[in-house]
Amino acid sequence: MASVTAQKITAWEDISSSVTNFRLAALLGWQDVAQRYRRSSIGAFWLTINMGVLIGALGLVFGTIFNSPMSEFLPFICVGLIMWGYFSSLINDGCTSFISNSDTMLQLPIPFFTYILRTWWRNTIILAHNMVIFPIVLLMFGKFVNFNALLVIPGFMLVSLNLLWVMVVLAVLCTRYRDLTQIVQNIMQVGMYVTPIMWMANNLPGGARSRLMLDLNPFYHLISIVREPLLGGTATQLNWLVTVGMAVVGWMIALLFLNRYRSRITYWL
Amino acid sequence: MNILSQHNFAQADMTSMHLENVTVDFPIYNAKSRSLKNQVISLATGGTIGSNSEGHVVIRGLENISLSLKEGERLGLVGHNGSGKTTLLRVMSGVYYPSGGNISINGKCTSLINISLGIDPEATGRENIGIRGALLGFKKKELAARQAEIEDFSELGSFLDMPVRTYSTGMQLRLAFSISTVIQPEILIMDEWLATGDEGFQHKANERLHDLVNKTKILIIASHSKDLLLNNCTRIVWLEHGKVRMDADAETVANAYFGHHQ
Repeated sequence: MASVTAQKITAWEDISSSVTNFRLAALLGWQDVAQRYRRSSIGAFWLTINMGVLIGALGLVFGTIFNSPMSEFLPFICVGLIMWGYFSSLINDGCTSFISNSDTMLQLPIPFFTYILRTWWRNTIILAHNMVIFPIVLLMFGKFVNFNALLVIPGFMLVSLNLLWVMVVLAVLCTRYRDLTQIVQNIMQVGMYVTPIMWMANNLPGGARSRLMLDLNPFYHLISIVREPLLGGTATQLNWLVTVGMAVVGWMIALLFLNRYRSRITYWL
Repeated sequence: MNILSQHNFAQADMTSMHLENVTVDFPIYNAKSRSLKNQVISLATGGTIGSNSEGHVVIRGLENISLSLKEGERLGLVGHNGSGKTTLLRVMSGVYYPSGGNISINGKCTSLINISLGIDPEATGRENIGIRGALLGFKKKELAARQAEIEDFSELGSFLDMPVRTYSTGMQLRLAFSISTVIQPEILIMDEWLATGDEGFQHKANERLHDLVNKTKILIIASHSKDLLLNNCTRIVWLEHGKVRMDADAETVANAYFGHHQ
């Protein structure tokens, strides 16, 4: 591919050339979605329908259990479930990003981060399909987003930056230790219940322990910076600080990690 | 001073490939290593199985391979199954970074080991040209410029708008071949000559492949066919158990290898 493929490729070169040639990752990611729904008449909007049904059902059940007003609870659980779906499929698919591309990886020296971006783009397309539900839910209650909603843009970028480094680390580790994928799936399943997705943070009994349970959960901060702006509020300063901090530290770790093990990855496939 | 720097520039610009004591060890994590610990077994086929310092089973795919390829060289690789041909091709295409030794590759390198890689049966022929083209490193504009040529060459006509799963095997091969051979690599890596469709197409395809092979600055081809190797190669390396058994001009090695096996 590159005109000079001499010597070891550093993590930095790998990532920058993948980003420069994002078109390839986007094409492959788009292809992944298209392939699944090519013979269906409404295509990927089946995802939207499935998600909509889930939101409706869980919204009614949990809204009733917590005795929350539907006009508040349904938009909340809508964004929560859609974003959680995005997080968990990114992380779960991230684990197998290299394994599922092993045929290509063993034949073409395409930079490895391309496969991570492929997974990211595929799930971002699915996210875009699911997000269609949100304005519908708002309209049902005659609500609108306010100017705070603009904060969802930096919020989404931060979320992606964070998930991408996690995916890099997990993709490498899961290629080497195949059992890890199962463990990660397990963690993500539990994560859904310990993160305020189906329950609201104010459903927790007040006090230091509840506070700690939220603040120590990275997913709480990640989901807050995209959910709060869409619901008309703002994420806390702590939410932003933690997510920025995680992105910076995480990427440093991921770069060192990828750099160290990059040349071993194809041997583990 | 001037002459010197010009000379250096020319050197750097030349297509070349250097392998220095390249060793490739495959760690096998799911094999039972107990029975193999502390012993090294040499098998009739395949590399050498041993274990590393952490007690994992390790298959030595290549051992101390040193090769230098200059512009214009046509290298053939021979050896029985498991002798390390594919592994060496993968090292040369930049897929495996050697676990020992050094490799430097100067030049745009393309491997045509499996030309159907990346072909999506549910997508149309035309869409597949885009996917496969992007995988081969084509920019969007470059590919657009060659699109008509690829479509013409494939002779698939209106089938280009049909999903590839509706194609016969021969048609799929035509499509894959047409896309994969528009590349203009400096270093071309092949595993056997590419097989293609029916007789009419075969002739045209062979011509195109010969053209490609002639234009490429360095050719590396693994094959079990003596004629193919003698027709295309200037030099042959005979691999055995991941080591170079013989490295000389095509005629000498071909006679020794094929004489030895027949």
